[in-house]
Amino acid sequence: MATEELTSAVQEHHTSTGLDNTKMAMWGFLGSECLFFGSLISTYLLYRNQTADGPNSADLYDIPYTSVSSFVLLMSSLTMVLALAACHRKDQRGMRAWLLATALLGMVFIGGQIYEFTEFAHEGLSLEVSPFGSSFYVLTGFHGAHVTVGILMLLLLVGMSMFNRLGPDDSRKVELIGLYWHFVDIVWIIIFTVVYLIPS
Amino acid sequence: MATAAAQGSLFRRPTATTGWWGWVTTVDHKKIGIMYCATALAFFVIGGLEALAIRAQLAVPNGTTLTAETYNQFFTMHGLTMIFLVVMPLGVGIMNYLAPLMIGARDVAFPRINAFSYWVFLAGGLFLYSSFFLGGAPDGGWFGYAPLSTQLPGNGMTFYALGLQILGVASLLGAVNFIVTILNMRAPGMTLMRMPVFIWMTLVTAFLLLFAMPVIAVALFELMFDRVYNANFFNPAAGGDPVLWQHLFWLFGHPEVYIMILPAMGIISDVLPTFSRKPIFGYAAIVFAGIAIGFMGWGVWAHHMFAVGLGPVANSAFALSTMFIAVPTGVKIFNWLGTMWKGDLHFTPPMLFSIGFVAMFIIGGLSGVTHAIVPSDAQQTDTYYIVAHFHYVLFGGAIFGLFSGIYYWWPKVSGRLLSDGLGKLHFWLMFIGFNLAFGPMHILGLEGMPRRTYTYPDGMGWNLWNIVSTVGAFIIAVSIAIFFVNAIITARRGREAGADPWDGRTLEWSIPSPPPEYNFAEVPIVKARDDFWHRKYVVKPDEYVPVVAGGAVAEHEDDEHDPGHGIHLPAPSFFPAAAALGLPVMAFGVIYSWPLLIVGGLVLLLGLFGWVLEPSEVEH
Repeated sequence: MATEELTSAVQEHHTSTGLDNTKMAMWGFLGSECLFFGSLISTYLLYRNQTADGPNSADLYDIPYTSVSSFVLLMSSLTMVLALAACHRKDQRGMRAWLLATALLGMVFIGGQIYEFTEFAHEGLSLEVSPFGSSFYVLTGFHGAHVTVGILMLLLLVGMSMFNRLGPDDSRKVELIGLYWHFVDIVWIIIFTVVYLIPS
Repeated sequence: MATAAAQGSLFRRPTATTGWWGWVTTVDHKKIGIMYCATALAFFVIGGLEALAIRAQLAVPNGTTLTAETYNQFFTMHGLTMIFLVVMPLGVGIMNYLAPLMIGARDVAFPRINAFSYWVFLAGGLFLYSSFFLGGAPDGGWFGYAPLSTQLPGNGMTFYALGLQILGVASLLGAVNFIVTILNMRAPGMTLMRMPVFIWMTLVTAFLLLFAMPVIAVALFELMFDRVYNANFFNPAAGGDPVLWQHLFWLFGHPEVYIMILPAMGIISDVLPTFSRKPIFGYAAIVFAGIAIGFMGWGVWAHHMFAVGLGPVANSAFALSTMFIAVPTGVKIFNWLGTMWKGDLHFTPPMLFSIGFVAMFIIGGLSGVTHAIVPSDAQQTDTYYIVAHFHYVLFGGAIFGLFSGIYYWWPKVSGRLLSDGLGKLHFWLMFIGFNLAFGPMHILGLEGMPRRTYTYPDGMGWNLWNIVSTVGAFIIAVSIAIFFVNAIITARRGREAGADPWDGRTLEWSIPSPPPEYNFAEVPIVKARDDFWHRKYVVKPDEYVPVVAGGAVAEHEDDEHDPGHGIHLPAPSFFPAAAALGLPVMAFGVIYSWPLLIVGGLVLLLGLFGWVLEPSEVEH
């Protein structure tokens, strides 16, 4: 079919640097995201002791609990790697299973974050109460939003694969979303260290 | 992809390439470039009218043309418009049209993302301007200093926070697109050090955008949370620190200055060689100076904050780095002078605007160095001296450079030549009007006239220079009107430009004007810097006069059959425009009611889903 010829022609079209266009774009975007989270983390570091009349981090943080949800998120990077490996093996079912597992682990993490936010709110930490509250919620909230976008993309991949919209040669899409997913995980490692583990 | 043809009609790609629907669904970088420039010129007129109103108000002491409230909205929107809706998109528009042509590509790396960037930019601009009809425009200055910006009543500064956020999305995606396009889509032989200087400056600009936009995004989000959801980022009463806003804003804001000036510097670096009949003087030096500016631009932001009281160590460090960044800028000035030196100068309108750029930018650059000296800056902060300085670099620099580009590439885009006489009249009126309008502001500033104040009392000794400045502003307005008259009358009656009206040096002149949809019938093979020049001429090393080598100009122009037959181009798509619509709806949702936020989010999400799922080709 003409479209098949075209697709292969497009893939054969090599780039000036030899790097794939979409992958270079994703790396560029992630570079930009570094400054996004860098600015949010800087704001948090500036304000972590500005608790005004609200609770402080020592009152709130439950390190064992957050360690578990961090572990869950880290494991999702492993399943993402396994999904990509299955994709490279052209094992579509395995890939779908590992992608779903990744999305589920992500959802568990988001569920944990929602629970944590609810708990903190009960204990009196809100956006309004102090710069500490504002910067904590906005930093971790934006991270959660990134995880959520990642989950949506993973589910879209699963859907596309189920309806045969993802050719066996289309491993690049899986790889790209994997890059994004790993990046979001790495950001969490930094947030977990800086926000939760370093005492105020 | 084999199943693409079996998809339902919802995802069928549109095919129209003409009519208004053709513009809405286009993914052609040339059409998108034209839309960017046309939109930016429209905003230029609006921002210019705001400037005229401001100058009318300040023409005489105790002016009554504008109320204080309207004045605040006008000077804020004038700044926002000229920066985000005129200079940046004009640069992006010219990059869009020319970057693929200059590197020998058939389109940008991501044509649909390119279209999305444009529609998001338009949506952001219209969103920002809708505030005038919804209770008042932003009125806290383009820099939006907290805590003023968090406390101003009304929704104006919320429109500011959200409108700039939307525009930032467009810039960020554009930056990614141009980085990939320039690094990855070059024609065979187009090595990095053979790229036109404009392409180099575009690349540096794209990297600056890539890293500056997320910083302002965070600042704007924090402002939004403070204003809409009562957060405490910039509330000193709760322990928030307003200086954080200044750091974040200027960490974006100073690279932003180079984001605005570098494309213009790139333009004149291609215009000056063409009309001096010489290659650019010191190509490597001008390229590395541009890269150096790109790096050093990140280390000077606190010179905007010398009056804050950061302490002598910080102030001294930033004073030094600011003086130091004048070095690569000075290198470029000498590159341009060296290019013209002993050249065979042709004083066409684009050349005049380029020379105007160099002259005006030197004045603006020198007054910039005076700001680097901390005690001197303490006297200048918040006076008209600052206004004079940044208009000399942004109007005398960026706008002159962009007009140079507009005059230079107009024949390529439209296929017709603009009138030389009207173009020269435009230049000289604008040059005189500009210096009358902004030159006196140096004096007003040193005499202590504060900026951002809607009026001034009689008897301060400011009357003369204010009326002179106002007269200058209206002369600029006349010159811009002449440009539009020129564009309109030559659209029908202008002389045919032909492929290469200026005897150009770069690849875009090797193809017909206007270029066919596929740009190059055959992808060019590049053998040298200024490749097209070398195809036309054999240059003897010890002579300035080149020897004609014979016509290499657009040989395929006369071909009877369509030479582009069989070249596959990306198919049009309406999903970029549809998805872009979601962003302003979401922003209105943040201001007015959260259900709208969800509706906008769904529009965006569904638009993106459609985008992902539509087939990559038109069904035949």
